[in-house]
Amino acid sequence: MVLRAPAFESDSGAPSLAGTPLRTPVTISSVGGERGFRRRLLELGLLPGTQVEIIRVAPLGDPMEISLRGSRLSIRREEAAQVRIKALAQPARTA
Amino acid sequence: MNELQDVAGARAPLVVLAGNPNSGKSTLFNRLTGGSARTGNYPGVTVESSIGVMKVGEVSAELVDLPGTYSLVARTLEERLTLSAVLGLEGLARPDVVAVCADATVLSRSLYLLLQLQELGVPVVLILTMVDQAEGLLPEPGILESLLRCPVARVVARDGLGLDELRQALSRAIDAGPPPPVWRWAPGEDLREAIQLARQALPATWPASDALGLWALMSWTPEGEEDAVGALTPELKQAMERLALHPSDIDDEAIGARYAWLDREVLPLLQGQADRSLTEKLDRVLIHPIAGFAVFLLVMGFLFQGLFAWSDPAIGAIESLFGWLGGLAQGALPAGILTDLLVEGVIGGVGGVLVFLPQILLLFLLLGLLEDSGYLARVAYLMDRIMRSMGLNGRAFVPMLSGFACAVPAIMATRSMPRERDRILTMMVVPLMTCSARLPVYTLIIGSLFVGSTWVQSGLLLAMYAFSVLTALITAWVLSKTLLKAQPTPLVLELPTYRWPRMRDVLTMMWRRTKAFLKDAGTVILACTIVLWGLLSFPANVPTTIDYETAIAQASSEEQVQELENALASEQLAGSYAGQVGQFIEPAIEPLGFDWKIGVGLIGAFAAREVFVSTMGVVYSVGDSVDEEDAGLRARMMEERRADGTPVYTPLTGLSLLVFFALAAQCMSTLAVVKRETGGWKWPVFMTVYMTALAWGASFLVYQGGRLLGFQ
Repeated sequence: MVLRAPAFESDSGAPSLAGTPLRTPVTISSVGGERGFRRRLLELGLLPGTQVEIIRVAPLGDPMEISLRGSRLSIRREEAAQVRIKALAQPARTA
Repeated sequence: MNELQDVAGARAPLVVLAGNPNSGKSTLFNRLTGGSARTGNYPGVTVESSIGVMKVGEVSAELVDLPGTYSLVARTLEERLTLSAVLGLEGLARPDVVAVCADATVLSRSLYLLLQLQELGVPVVLILTMVDQAEGLLPEPGILESLLRCPVARVVARDGLGLDELRQALSRAIDAGPPPPVWRWAPGEDLREAIQLARQALPATWPASDALGLWALMSWTPEGEEDAVGALTPELKQAMERLALHPSDIDDEAIGARYAWLDREVLPLLQGQADRSLTEKLDRVLIHPIAGFAVFLLVMGFLFQGLFAWSDPAIGAIESLFGWLGGLAQGALPAGILTDLLVEGVIGGVGGVLVFLPQILLLFLLLGLLEDSGYLARVAYLMDRIMRSMGLNGRAFVPMLSGFACAVPAIMATRSMPRERDRILTMMVVPLMTCSARLPVYTLIIGSLFVGSTWVQSGLLLAMYAFSVLTALITAWVLSKTLLKAQPTPLVLELPTYRWPRMRDVLTMMWRRTKAFLKDAGTVILACTIVLWGLLSFPANVPTTIDYETAIAQASSEEQVQELENALASEQLAGSYAGQVGQFIEPAIEPLGFDWKIGVGLIGAFAAREVFVSTMGVVYSVGDSVDEEDAGLRARMMEERRADGTPVYTPLTGLSLLVFFALAAQCMSTLAVVKRETGGWKWPVFMTVYMTALAWGASFLVYQGGRLLGFQ
């Protein structure tokens, strides 16, 4: 059985978490990257369907602090670039 | 483990502490084991292990603190060790219960590890830590216990609250014995088949379970990608390649199903999020682009200053104490080789070990305060971008800064980095930083050879600092691209809430690590000091050019006696093994502009770089009590001529010598501590070889290049 080519290439046109504005909740559509790397992101809870929000970016532009499932996590920009998000919905925040 | 065996000879229960990094595991461990804990390494690897004894009911149990992990699926060495430790694979003892620490403020992510352990059928107890910060948010323990089907305890480790509850929970789990595996999800048909296939191909010594089959499926990486663990057998790999499932489909299904269960069952039980408002307010300043870096510079400046200035009186006191002890022994004992061994080898060697204590204690104290308060995570957050561009971890900043004071405590400070690869990379470059032992040597060379403008002198000294930072960063970059190439692992940086550091925890940790230094590195340093003493003192009675004994007896003045004694010491050093080695290596160091006398100085410098100064004092018959400012030594050096009448010490030789001292691995204490921290000789040997080669090459370029350009 020959392995399929790496998945999610079709998704590369979708916006990534790295380019998301601050304090805007977005929903993950898919996660890419080499297997071990991708699996780690999933295990931290960055799963398709999860709502995430960028809280702040470190002074030198990297890493970025995100909020998901009621907790905080800092990931690097290159990791966030592997996380594809659904096109931005209407501003969901009211307060 | 005799202390842990009861009268009947039964083994004491073994409890292991697992959990995410920053879950409060180490604080809890310290609280439970108190002074009984020891810190060491897992055999042959640079992963810290802590073992201690705790009371569970009426019996003493052995408690082991595992490395912090988010998952059991192996990507790093730390995860691999955790799997072996919880299942008792590969020579490790099988634990009676695995205590899973979970930060109560990030419950669902913390429980992911618990679910994995339960699938393996490992007896677990859930310990909710930091419950004071999640007050009012958590469900009743009874509700969690019946949902998670394991004992649950709530603790505030820092205050020692809930420890009785914890002991009872552990007791219950130990009495109940191993539970059946608990799965919160049912694998689909394809995955079930794959798991069966993987199960049959597991290593023979492993228990065959569905969960381990799934573990293998998830840990395996396809051809062309590096295998992180090398634990999978060839049969297993072959089996995987025949699978109809794409590896990432397996990951999606398993991880997605576990989180779906957590989202469905656990999230609704939590009443809102933990209050981080104080931390938020502090972070607005402390990781602000301008204010944050200003505070950062202040804190680091304080740390650096402390390491240099505050430790100085204590270092001076230790040096004088051992000098005094040596003088005392010399006076009280008959002159002879045994007295010399005692004074210069043993007393000098013990002093040489203890002299590191002030800086080690101080660095671990300050580092402990930074870590415990939560600020160290912010240092990594602020510096990650810069450090990573050189292949280093953001946490490498503090060890590298400490390297300006001394490489020995700096190498020990790499313990704040969780990954073995990051630690080794940092250790390999820390000794390149301009440590304080290089300063006397630089002062001697610059002060003697670059006379005239003080601007040139101070500029040169500054350039040596810049040179060391540059070479350290470039070396880190090269090593990270070659020998220490990293698995692309996502960085996970958690910014814990700020807390007031607990002195008790900080001091316990400080003392435990210092003890490990004294025991393991101290013995190596002591042994090296004695060997080096032997090299410099034997053979004891070399033939001399004149009869010094008679000459000294006939000397008319105090000065003359001193002169003759210095000349005798110089001739004896020239005839010693070290002198012979110096002459033997002369052809190798000649292209760098050094003669054999400098060669002897380089050998002496192996004890500690500043010993170069006193060794040169003996070589040039001005006595061993000189310092780098000594006018006699400086004048004597300038008079030194080669066979052809040209001076040995020219600015070009000086520059070559400066570069050599900046790069060479000349410090046996550093090598001893690297050996201790990495658990073997591989890395200290590599360090010696690469640094010496680098030093030789760079000095060669400087000296020969300078001569080509017409300098002397």
